[in-house]
Amino acid sequence: MSASRRPLPGWVEIGLLPLANIAMAFLLVGVIVEVIGVDPLHALKLLVLGAVGSSEAIGYTLYYATNFIFTGLAVAVAFHAGLFNIGGEGQAYIGGLGCGLAVLALDRYLPPLLVIPLAILASAAFGAAWAAIPAWMQAWRGSHIVITTIMFNFVASALMVYLMVNVLIAPGSMTPQSRGFAASAAVPSMQAALQWIGIAVAPSALNLSLLLALLACVGVWIFLWHTPWGYGLRTMGHNPEAAVYAGTNLKRMTMLAMCLSGALAGGVAVNELLGVHHRLVLDFAAGYGFTGIAVALMGRGHPLGIVLAALLFGALQQGGAELAFEIPAITREMVVVIQGLVILFSGALVHLPRPWLQALFARRG
Amino acid sequence: MQELTADAAIELRGIDKSFGSVHAVRGASLRVERGSITGIVGENGAGKSTLMSILYGLYRADAGEILIEGRPVEMASPRDAIGHGIGMVHQHFMLVDSFTVLENLILGAEGGALLAGGLAAARTELARLAGEYGLAVDPDARVADLSVGEQQRVEILKVLLRGARILILDEPSAVLTPQETDRLLQILRLLRDRGVTVVLITHKLREILAVTDKVIVMRRGEVVAERRTAETDAQDLAELMVGRTVRFDLDKAPAREGETMLAARHLSLVDGRGVRLLDDISLEVRAGEIVGIAGVSGNGQTELLQVLSGIRPPTGGEIEACGRRVDAAHPVDPAEMRDLGVAHVPEDRLRQGLVPAFLASETSILGYQDREPFCHNYLMDGPAVGRYCADLMERFDVRPRAPGLRSSNFSGGNQQKLILAREMARNPKVLLVGQPTRGVDIGAIEFIRRELIKSRDAGCAVLVVSVELEEILSLADRILVMFGGRIVGEVAAGEADERMLGLMMAGARAA
Ligand SMILES: Nc1ncnc2c1ncn2[C@@H]1O[C@H](COP(=O)(O)OP(=O)(O)OP(=O)(O)O)[C@@H](O)[C@H]1O
Ligand SMILES: [Mg+2]
Repeated sequence: MSASRRPLPGWVEIGLLPLANIAMAFLLVGVIVEVIGVDPLHALKLLVLGAVGSSEAIGYTLYYATNFIFTGLAVAVAFHAGLFNIGGEGQAYIGGLGCGLAVLALDRYLPPLLVIPLAILASAAFGAAWAAIPAWMQAWRGSHIVITTIMFNFVASALMVYLMVNVLIAPGSMTPQSRGFAASAAVPSMQAALQWIGIAVAPSALNLSLLLALLACVGVWIFLWHTPWGYGLRTMGHNPEAAVYAGTNLKRMTMLAMCLSGALAGGVAVNELLGVHHRLVLDFAAGYGFTGIAVALMGRGHPLGIVLAALLFGALQQGGAELAFEIPAITREMVVVIQGLVILFSGALVHLPRPWLQALFARRG
Repeated sequence: MQELTADAAIELRGIDKSFGSVHAVRGASLRVERGSITGIVGENGAGKSTLMSILYGLYRADAGEILIEGRPVEMASPRDAIGHGIGMVHQHFMLVDSFTVLENLILGAEGGALLAGGLAAARTELARLAGEYGLAVDPDARVADLSVGEQQRVEILKVLLRGARILILDEPSAVLTPQETDRLLQILRLLRDRGVTVVLITHKLREILAVTDKVIVMRRGEVVAERRTAETDAQDLAELMVGRTVRFDLDKAPAREGETMLAARHLSLVDGRGVRLLDDISLEVRAGEIVGIAGVSGNGQTELLQVLSGIRPPTGGEIEACGRRVDAAHPVDPAEMRDLGVAHVPEDRLRQGLVPAFLASETSILGYQDREPFCHNYLMDGPAVGRYCADLMERFDVRPRAPGLRSSNFSGGNQQKLILAREMARNPKVLLVGQPTRGVDIGAIEFIRRELIKSRDAGCAVLVVSVELEEILSLADRILVMFGGRIVGEVAAGEADERMLGLMMAGARAA
């Protein structure tokens, strides 16, 4: 409506604007780093090298990105339906419960080709079920989904602690974690997979769940833009009255959107439990659900954008960890601040550089 | 030259505006004298709204100058325009649905950190304006609960409340009844006599001729003619707009009625607060006839369409649509109604009929997204949808012919044509139409009415709801009048005239 909404060329909108946001965030980070007495350029170099400097670094970056793709997609699907799912965290966590239960029940009896798909389905189903409760409360009872999904994160966390400490803990273990999964339930690491086709890379946490995440991207893209349900879902998100007119049942569509969202969040459990920990552990989903909101916003709700944003956040996570390791003055908390600033500039302040870009392109055009 | 600009409230010089490949306004220049009423007419998509949006600071012109009271000004935003005393009533409502009327009225002019003061002041001011201009609305009603007609009144009040000296109205009367429109025109005259400058965009030449001092005609982005109102007539203006002769009369053969396709028996609808919105409605629509529902907006027509199309279940009585019975215990959803062959052109196109953010091609299948040929094996066929939309655009002359353009970027009349095309193209058995030609230019009105009659002649049962008496009279074979949620009278088209219907619509005669 106002001057700030005037359109920019498409490539500026999806390419240059996010870059400008990131650049601004980094500029501010640089100032902070300078203030605490570290050379910003040196820190930047460490950050970049830490994220993409070696095949191991790249592996970790991609491993984090896998989680962010899942949660980013989860938030985006709900968002297209006009629903703000803040509960990706809890849905991923409960997805892990499903994953763990499936594996613990089956891994001794079935071959990998059956255990892994069943465990993936269980992750998705439990994640979906955890999202279905707030969805139901919103659709039939009018409880606002933002509030209920946040509360369900806490419920999930408490439930998991209880189950891990009292029920699922491995006999004789001192830490609250389940017995290790049998080898039949392990998603192969990327290193092993690449070695198999003759490419040698350093070992890292990266595993074939990345392919599942990319598959999910394609699936979400097809669903949202190429199926009648995706069409109905987007109609509801833009204009609920038009959706009713078109014959979409808003209650059922709310359920569908949230279940899908929760199922996608459940993907985190696949990456973490089947790919890395190989047992059910506490807090494996910590932080991914919330960062997923930023990933979805930055990726403009489009799977391609989400992949790019997930890569950025993956790189920040990995590079940040290296940075904290190399320079003691920069703590883990500082790294979180960096992430926070990127989120701030590309989320809340996303339109900040718009007037300058507009001026730039108005003069040209 | 100098004095000339001095008494011009608005002068636009060489305004040019393109949206991507759409050249919406081409070097338009015009002058509006202070204290006058100037009409702007032109076909759908001629660029009227765009030109006025530039004047109001919503869009920035690619080239050209704006002069207010003879001085060149920058209109970077509506704030600037309001600062220069310009107020605009938009073609599409810009109200916050969940706010009350009063809250909407003070939006952007809250008058201090605490709302109470502003609200109280607005309430007295509103009472005054309502009394003075007869624009009565309940200040505490939620906008979402108001009818389209009432919402329009709030829009007009909002601008009046700001004390604008230059008032731009973009199709303000599109939803008003003839009586209400007459009242609006009186208000405009009153405002002019008090020195307010009025710019009136409308498709209704009757209003232009009744109230304006000067008319400006736009065609395809250009100002093509300017006439003193006293020196022109409807035929002349119509030809200037369309560039060809327009026929106002609609010759149609008598209806050949078939079986009853849609029937309502003792239908009632009571809302959550116990208000009776529909009261014992019985009606029948037969194949091959057009039944018109006349009435002042807000008398239950909106709800009747909602119930008949399956959007809301009735609370009492029953419907029989193409052989399917519907009542409170056996509700039907709009998708099922569509399956039965009941198509629906909703009254409020922006809220129901389309999704502004969708592409035109996506809008062209709203409600039909899961049917052949748009969808096979659960996958939608994008190219087929695009081709279908292009075909609809061709047949219904939707401009620009751009299936890939966002729906919100089409002019109001072209959005309407797209929705009509969508609902009529699939040869429904029953066609429910709300305000078929609201905001549509005269050339297109002629076209749409002919299409409706063609559907009728092809055996479709057509139910038209319109607040335009003239429209009902020219289209319908049988006319029902609604008042207070009831049907208060039925007249055969041949026996009806405007005065008699007008009286019934005001509730003067119960049948
Ligand atoms: N934001 C936009 N992006 C692209 N095209 C636009 C945009 N706004 C308007 N147009 C196009 O510009 C042209 C002029 O539109 P405008 O709304 O000014 O017409 P109008 O004369 O007001 O028509 P109507 O009588 O139907 O309201 C149309 O072809 C329309 O599709
Ligand atoms: Mg217009």
